[in-house]
Amino acid sequence: MNYEEMLSDRAKIIKPSGIRKFFDLASQMEGVISLGVGEPDFTTPWTIREAAIYSIEKGKTFYTANRGLLELRQEICQYYKRRFGVSYDPEKECIVTVGGSEGIDIAIRALINPGDEMIVLDPGYVAYTPGVELSGGIPVPITLRHEDEFKLTPDLLKAAITSKTKAILLNYPCNPTGGFMTKEDYEKIVPILKEAGIIVISDEIYAELSYEEEFCSIASFEEIKDQCVIINGFSKAFAMTGWRLGYILCHPILSKAMLKIHQYIIMSAPSPAQYGAIEGLKHCQDEVEKMRDSYKARRNFLVKTFNDMGLATFKPQGAFYVFPCIKSTGLTSDEFCEQLLNDQKVACVPGTAFGPAGEGFIRVSYAYSLEELKVATEKIKLFIEKLKTK
Amino acid sequence: MKIYTYQNFLKKFFYNTQICNTMNINMKRGVIVMEDKLLLRLLQQNARIKITDLAAALEESKDHVIERLTELEKEKVICGYHTIVNWDLTNTEIVTALIEVNASPEREYGYDRIASHIYKFEEVDTMYLLSGSFEFAVIVKGKTMQEVAHFVASKLACVEGVTGTSTYFVLKQYKNNGVILVEDEDGKNDRLVVTP
Repeated sequence: MNYEEMLSDRAKIIKPSGIRKFFDLASQMEGVISLGVGEPDFTTPWTIREAAIYSIEKGKTFYTANRGLLELRQEICQYYKRRFGVSYDPEKECIVTVGGSEGIDIAIRALINPGDEMIVLDPGYVAYTPGVELSGGIPVPITLRHEDEFKLTPDLLKAAITSKTKAILLNYPCNPTGGFMTKEDYEKIVPILKEAGIIVISDEIYAELSYEEEFCSIASFEEIKDQCVIINGFSKAFAMTGWRLGYILCHPILSKAMLKIHQYIIMSAPSPAQYGAIEGLKHCQDEVEKMRDSYKARRNFLVKTFNDMGLATFKPQGAFYVFPCIKSTGLTSDEFCEQLLNDQKVACVPGTAFGPAGEGFIRVSYAYSLEELKVATEKIKLFIEKLKTK
Repeated sequence: MKIYTYQNFLKKFFYNTQICNTMNINMKRGVIVMEDKLLLRLLQQNARIKITDLAAALEESKDHVIERLTELEKEKVICGYHTIVNWDLTNTEIVTALIEVNASPEREYGYDRIASHIYKFEEVDTMYLLSGSFEFAVIVKGKTMQEVAHFVASKLACVEGVTGTSTYFVLKQYKNNGVILVEDEDGKNDRLVVTP
């Protein structure tokens, strides 16, 4: 049997992640210093782990409601209100998902028909474009600009909207660029989104990791709130990546459709993770703030270090990535990362793993201690100096 | 053994409030400013961090960081740059005891004068005034149990105003100043090398 032929067109159309190739290269090598991970270096706060263990001890091991534990949904909605000033109904407008990833998937599936266009930002997180393709939708990339610090500007947005546009997927603070949209930035694009009448899926997973200004949720603009689908989760802010827990907040009609998909493909998110998350939302804001302070110090250190090296790096206002421009070296992103890995055993991710607009950039994660960052950046500096003398 | 009374609690509470008042005055003088919070946290994580790295992490000039450090040292916000040593892993004999101390307050001084009489002893490592059924928690270090016992009996218990002591010897140290000192898998980072 020719198994290739057995595969569905949709499985064939999606490209393997650009990260994967680099992962294979880096994992074959011994003693690699990695700046390539997209998850916190902090272990989940003990109080969260302890609450989850306790729930297992108490035998709370059954399916929960499809939407997730009501207590958790109530905590999530209170949290969004308290932190970002946006209100949702825990009964009808909130679904607890298996990570933000499931949230993105079911949101797209609930909205996109074959042939519908969905705007995605380039560079952007690796899962968005395949997510659209798996639904038979057409991803329409907007090429963001370094000089705009990878913000979405009104001119770019207007140019991308057509009569077939169904939705747009935003992700600020952004993985991989660290780009950030302030309230003022959003004010410029909200009227366009309202007029176009398209759905805005906003992946706000890095919301808590905002370093300069308070994070602004696009759903806080009352005039388009009903158009917005918020995706968030516990991975980044609460250092809970392996727990796979996220949530969707949106209009009840959209939520109901997403719930239908969720209940067939997932049933309900893991119960111990849900009990842990309740504890996190109730008692871990201080820990979140401590982690944010650490990230901020590391970001400042990296931005200065890369700029001193001669790699232009704007100061990202959120997430835990810097996105240095390596065009001055004359290498492509892929070449730069591969040579850096072979020469100094330092792993960064080429910007192109996040879309063609990432060419000329590398993603450097600062989910590492200052000491580790220091060692790694000294090696990158050596590499750059070697390049210059070649 | 003294019985814990509401009156005693109030006396102590009053003392604690005085501490808070002094702290407020310090803040009003601008000794502790917000930007110092991150500086202090970074130093707490690693007292040996280089000034240049501190400056980069805080987006400040080296001179400014040095100036802030000097000021914070002068105001005793920074009380030292000590090393956390796990003596258990060396062949040094060291005995630690926690001693509950009961004491009667004095007019005008409250517990402060008695406390100063105690904490000045070299053997005293750490000392707190507490609410509850005894007044002071005193952590004492010595080379042997006999040495510590001798200190308690001949010095600490004899301080005027001290009405009783209970001594507890430490058997094992698990965590000190936020650092876990025993073997523990926790925090062992097994993240994948590259993830999206």
